[in-house]
Amino acid sequence: MIFTATNVLNSKITSMNKEFVKFDKVDKSYDGKVLVVKDLQLDIAEGEFVTMLGPSGSGKTTCLMMLAGFETPTHGEIYLDGKAISSIPPHKRGIGMVFQNYALFPHMTVYENLAFPLRVRKVSKDEADKKIDKALSMVSLQGFASRMPGQLSGGQQQRVAVARSLVFDPQLVLMDEPLGALDKNLRESMQYEIKHIHESIGVTVVYVTHDQSEALTMSNRIAVFNDGKVQQLSSPDELYEKPVNSFVAEFIGENNTFAGEVSDISGGKCKVKLSNAEILANPISVKGKGERTTVSLRPERALINPDGKMDNIHKGKIEEVIYHGDHTRVRINLLGNPEFILKVPNSSSNLDIKLGNEINIGWNSDDARALDPK
Amino acid sequence: MSSETKQILTTDGIPLEVSLKKAERKNKIKAFLLVAPLLFFLIITYVFPIGDMLFRSVDDKMVTQMLPKTFKAMENWDGQELPEEEVFAAFHEDFIKLVEDKREGKLSTQLNYTKNGFKSIIKKLRRASKKFEEGNYKEQIMSVHKRWADVEYWRAIQRRAPEFTGQKYLKGMDMYVNEEGKIVSVEEDRRIHRVLWLRTLEIAFFVTVFCFLMAYPIAHLLATLPMKYSNLLMICVLLPFWTSLLVRTASWMILLQQQGIVNDFFVGIGLVADDNRPEMMYNKTGSYVAMTQILLPFMVLPLYSVMKTISPSLMRAGKSLGGTPFVAFWKVYFPLTIPGIGAGCLLVFILAIGYYITPALVGGASGTLISNQIAFHMKSTLDWSFASAMGLMLLSGVLVIYWLYNKIVGIDNIKLG
Repeated sequence: MIFTATNVLNSKITSMNKEFVKFDKVDKSYDGKVLVVKDLQLDIAEGEFVTMLGPSGSGKTTCLMMLAGFETPTHGEIYLDGKAISSIPPHKRGIGMVFQNYALFPHMTVYENLAFPLRVRKVSKDEADKKIDKALSMVSLQGFASRMPGQLSGGQQQRVAVARSLVFDPQLVLMDEPLGALDKNLRESMQYEIKHIHESIGVTVVYVTHDQSEALTMSNRIAVFNDGKVQQLSSPDELYEKPVNSFVAEFIGENNTFAGEVSDISGGKCKVKLSNAEILANPISVKGKGERTTVSLRPERALINPDGKMDNIHKGKIEEVIYHGDHTRVRINLLGNPEFILKVPNSSSNLDIKLGNEINIGWNSDDARALDPK
Repeated sequence: MSSETKQILTTDGIPLEVSLKKAERKNKIKAFLLVAPLLFFLIITYVFPIGDMLFRSVDDKMVTQMLPKTFKAMENWDGQELPEEEVFAAFHEDFIKLVEDKREGKLSTQLNYTKNGFKSIIKKLRRASKKFEEGNYKEQIMSVHKRWADVEYWRAIQRRAPEFTGQKYLKGMDMYVNEEGKIVSVEEDRRIHRVLWLRTLEIAFFVTVFCFLMAYPIAHLLATLPMKYSNLLMICVLLPFWTSLLVRTASWMILLQQQGIVNDFFVGIGLVADDNRPEMMYNKTGSYVAMTQILLPFMVLPLYSVMKTISPSLMRAGKSLGGTPFVAFWKVYFPLTIPGIGAGCLLVFILAIGYYITPALVGGASGTLISNQIAFHMKSTLDWSFASAMGLMLLSGVLVIYWLYNKIVGIDNIKLG
């Protein structure tokens, strides 16, 4: 459902400015020795919700800070709506920002916090009051205007921070791990809330997180960062279904891997020779015979006791069975990989899942992506 | 509903409140025993001395005890005209006794505090009293010296009758009770204490301002620099703490004297002429410079501890919302540092108002403070009751400042670390 909604939005975006935010060959180094961001090339369309996802230290927050103006690129240029912004100080960029720890001004009431960006822009009091009312109702916090931030719960503070970043109608809002400090349930409901706000006002959002489920839930597109580079920039479904390299495959969702060597490649399929067997796979980043590769397969794409249509069928031994309520996770020793995970839905079909049993596992070669070696 | 109003019992049937108190009593006793040594120490070193000081500053029993019969006889005297024979006789009796004990000198000193001119006439009275005949003491005493026939002097004696007096406090403000019993100021050329009080307040105020102006940027730097630099800077700030106060003051004397390094430098860069070197010591300038330097850490540390807790993302938020760096500082950062400013200013001001060694060494005549005057009376004139009175006036001044601060800023807002 989420994916289809995203696709509708994606088609809406195509009519707008496709290069609303543009990172053009941006490098960033703090100490002159290590590049934190390497040759970054990234375009963000107007109205889009783009998430920068990656492990800590991957350069995603640095990119956000460069966009906000708190860090300057060592090399390259960032464009906002066609204008180079490297030499514009943060307060003149007109970019809304939500910080990791909310950064609400503790000595001001909620009203004063929201009035701050309007007051510095010399908005008249009547108009400011209207905007503040609107922003507060957007995050369902009417009636909280006179509270101090310290009197609010974490989720409420977060909503105030979101309202404050939007109250002056910026074209672009940056969010730096805004939900990191909330508990799991609150985080999930806030994800939907932010997503709905984005959809209803059409503002461009650049969102930074290290939580992949957050990224998958909220974004139109996700830029996966690692080692200062964007590894893949695509929609959530594509990112999950079609990872372009083994880092992305490993980082997003669960993943079964086989390391081996390409022994044959023909007709959109390749044979990969493992230590004691051979499997069929989909050649994504391998070009010819003899290349090392890591084959990646999502757990839900492999079936137990498949019918004859699948082109990979191998025998494995059940090592561990973990009950998860709606599904059961089965760890299998398969083709020399003792960490092969299968997810079996808990339906009435009684498969013979018992510890120590030998069973047949099958999958389509299309789903087994032969990527770069790890 | 009835269960709510019913007393809650423990399983043994004892009311819960009783049981709770019993359980907590042990902890309370333990807590008290832990603080008892400190409490005891404070009572001995703080409450008693201050109580004693308060007592000394108003105690005036000496004369009362030296002239008991005189004051008894004076009870019926209206103070308009010379007292009756009865009073003179009583005075003679008291006086003879004092002469026997060789204490008439003390009486003359004490009475001289009240009115000048007692010293000589008491000496004369002592000599004359040896030849006094019995009876008609009024005539005999009055004939010793014409001042003994002056009603003013007898009124002066009467004013010393009460056991307690607030005179020392009046003296501390350059005031006294005149012959008519009214509180008036002393003549302008004899007012020394008011000038000192005002100067003390002025120097304390400006030292606080200077300290604040210098400490704020330092504290900000300390709070925002990376750890390895801020540690070094912190040592620089704390270094004066590890040096003796006397050494620091002495080094300022070396720096600031007329042939000193600072003056040499000024002459060297042509700022002042060699034969016109400015006096930077033994005046207010010396007190300002040395006290500011010495009290600076007391301002830096509270500011630093407050600034350390202000998240850098607040300034960033201020800027990203469209505030210029100045607006972000003034509207966001500065208000959040007020608890530190309050603590630092209060600390420095209170320390400065009672500062002693530094002004004594580098202050000269125009840079000394009220505390130097207190020390002078403690050590030189030995008028301890006056020193006590001024000490208490200083203490109450500090308490007033504390009270004002609490009214305006609120003492709960203070953050010392």
